[in-house]
Amino acid sequence: MGPIGENEFFFLMQGLKWTVLLAIVGFIGGGIFGILIALLRTSKKKVARTITAGYIGVFQGTPLLMQLFVVYYGVALLGVEVNAGIAVAIAFTLHASAFLGEIWRGSIEAVPKGQTEAANALGLHYVSRMKDVILPQALKISLPATIGFLVQLIKGTSLAAIVGFIELTRAGQIISNQTYRPLLVFGIVAAIYFIICWPLSHAGSGLEKRMAKAAR
Amino acid sequence: MLNSAKDQPTLISLEDVQKWYGAFHALKSISLSVRKGEKIVLCGPSGSGKSTLIRCINALETIEEGKIVVEGQVLDGSTKSVDAIRREVGMVFQSFNLFPHMTVLQNCTLAPMRVRGTSRTDAERLARKYLERVRILDQAEKYPAQLSGGQQQRVAIARALCMEPKVMLFDEPTSALDPEMVKEVLDTMIGLARDGMTMICVTHEMGFARQVADRVIFMASGEIVEEAEPEVFFKSPKHERTKTFLGEILAHH
Repeated sequence: MGPIGENEFFFLMQGLKWTVLLAIVGFIGGGIFGILIALLRTSKKKVARTITAGYIGVFQGTPLLMQLFVVYYGVALLGVEVNAGIAVAIAFTLHASAFLGEIWRGSIEAVPKGQTEAANALGLHYVSRMKDVILPQALKISLPATIGFLVQLIKGTSLAAIVGFIELTRAGQIISNQTYRPLLVFGIVAAIYFIICWPLSHAGSGLEKRMAKAAR
Repeated sequence: MLNSAKDQPTLISLEDVQKWYGAFHALKSISLSVRKGEKIVLCGPSGSGKSTLIRCINALETIEEGKIVVEGQVLDGSTKSVDAIRREVGMVFQSFNLFPHMTVLQNCTLAPMRVRGTSRTDAERLARKYLERVRILDQAEKYPAQLSGGQQQRVAIARALCMEPKVMLFDEPTSALDPEMVKEVLDTMIGLARDGMTMICVTHEMGFARQVADRVIFMASGEIVEEAEPEVFFKSPKHERTKTFLGEILAHH
């Protein structure tokens, strides 16, 4: 058994950096496409609603790991040479866009109908009606669920270890293989995830309680 | 009657308007014309189609048959006609429908800026003018939730006025208010009427109808049953359904 010293810890921190980056890229990319999905999902056009419902269904109905595999090997099949990082970033963006799209669809529909009517009566067009009136209210409603999903996404990035992307979990595996102290190493890795995720979960449920109180 | 609207041109006309909700015949061959400056009070039992009727005028509801013309613009369902009509028609709702994430001032400046392309400075000037008129300028920086129901409804009136509409539609504007707040909203509406605004009001406030209306229209089961000047309407209603309705509603006043 080897010692776990400064170098090992530094290596884990390097992994953590990629975990955080991957989560951020997935969340922002997924957020941008997710708004698009949510808008199409709530549009008047039936085709748009059906296609996005299918998209959401596929991503909600398959394991994240399979989505990673499909994108990872699928991109290679297209003949494009990409590294594991880009492949997983694409996979997480797609994954997050489907889930955030569905969360935000629900929030858009939860905004009282009178808001749309008032906006219409004032002559506001779709873009302004959404951007100025509906989405700000919908995003506020969605905040607890959105934060909840972010936590899932952060933990989900650990699956990227399986396709060889060196994020926190993969870094832990490597250290564990070098030091032969799996329990200690993965204990530390788990603690790091917890330190990031727990405050987020806590903030999310706090927000939910506050909003429930305000709605009463 | 405050001023004679008899010689004024027609602003709104409805011809033989029909509307169904599925199998339910909500509006049965409604014809109505409103002249510039006229104030019309629509009343009738709930489910009689009065709200539906005014919501058809600004295309919040679609009609199946008939013709609606506002200021020469035929409402044909095209985006262009809907836009043109909504620019001229303001609406006030029973539940206010203010935008809760915006201040009073922002509520009032949004549509002029987005729809008319007014600059922020001009939109704010306009907003202050109308907030002053509904006597609520001192609350301009507050959010709707910080105001009473009566104050919120007055803001909603100011918000609609900021688009400088030619017609104002009121859909039971005082029905959601506590009794002590009804008066401040009615006073605002009376002020508006005095200034010559063309108004169609769905309301059960018969005092308001007496004081302001040029015509009172009674609807039941999707039809216009009776239509008369307030004096005539209240003193000698012709139809049995009107008498029953008036009997019920005046018993509470």
